[in-house]
Amino acid sequence: MLRVEINGKGREVGDGRTVAGLLEDMELDGRLVVVELNGQIIRRTEIADVTLRDGDRIEIVHFVGGG
Amino acid sequence: MSTVMRSGMAADPNPLTIGGRTFESRLIVGTGKYRDAEQTVAALRASGAEMVTVAVRRVDLDASREESLLHHLDPKEFFLLPNTAGCYTEEDAVRYARLGREAGLSDWVKLEVIGDQETLLPDTEALLAATRTLVAEGFTVLPYTNDDLITALKLQEAGAAAVMPLASPIGSGLGLLNPVNIRLLKSRLDVPVIVDAGVGTASDACATMEQGVDGILMNTALAAADHPVLMAHAMRQAVEAGRAAWLAGRMPKREWGVPSSPTTGMLD
Repeated sequence: MLRVEINGKGREVGDGRTVAGLLEDMELDGRLVVVELNGQIIRRTEIADVTLRDGDRIEIVHFVGGG
Repeated sequence: MSTVMRSGMAADPNPLTIGGRTFESRLIVGTGKYRDAEQTVAALRASGAEMVTVAVRRVDLDASREESLLHHLDPKEFFLLPNTAGCYTEEDAVRYARLGREAGLSDWVKLEVIGDQETLLPDTEALLAATRTLVAEGFTVLPYTNDDLITALKLQEAGAAAVMPLASPIGSGLGLLNPVNIRLLKSRLDVPVIVDAGVGTASDACATMEQGVDGILMNTALAAADHPVLMAHAMRQAVEAGRAAWLAGRMPKREWGVPSSPTTGMLD
């Protein structure tokens, strides 16, 4: 298992998990969220190619109501 | 254009054009603080706005059913303008702008860099720096700023697609506090001037448009009304009325009376 931080909270994910796999595990629609990995935005077209590593800091954001 | 608008009013000779994109509505509305998604969409539709602002926030991973606003807002119906609300530094604002671009379908951003938690007034120094950075990255930047002419001119110089001075602080509902400054900005800027923040009710919106500005952006005035959908309807009419009054050119003010009816032909 890998120890990562997602939206400020520590979590464990399976070895070799990609960003796309992580979103699947969390039942999040990859078309509606954006993932930032260690401060770098992961383009939607690349989420299946990026593999997570121990200690990664992941931010998953989306649009909410705002002014 | 010799067309006639829905209302029957002659078409605006200068439709609102920002960054090469033309809008029929001069009202831009926010999507925050409504009771629920249904009320949000109903208010947006009643406002007639084509462009609506959205915020970028963390997905709440503990919520049983986390819903993106995009479940309710069709980007084909509304042009989404991501904001950088809540950002206090240039770095944060640029980060949120980049996330918004990836989340959305365009490179437009409503750029906010707040300088003070109590008043939510902008940090214009950081705003200018962020504007320069984002313009260089190809963003269409609409910065929220104060009503200071020099800052507005610098933002235009930095490549802002519009300049968005406040009427009064965000969420205050105090209305247009300094019409003289707003008119000054409008008279000196080439890019559109959108008054952003502070409008409280329809008369504020109408009076703001009567200064000759290009549009208004508002959120709380709708969402915090007792009846947001009805207020959205009122704001739509107020913005149209204020714009039409500006185009029509108001009569001069006099401090004496002038009869409206003929003074001749009176009975003996």
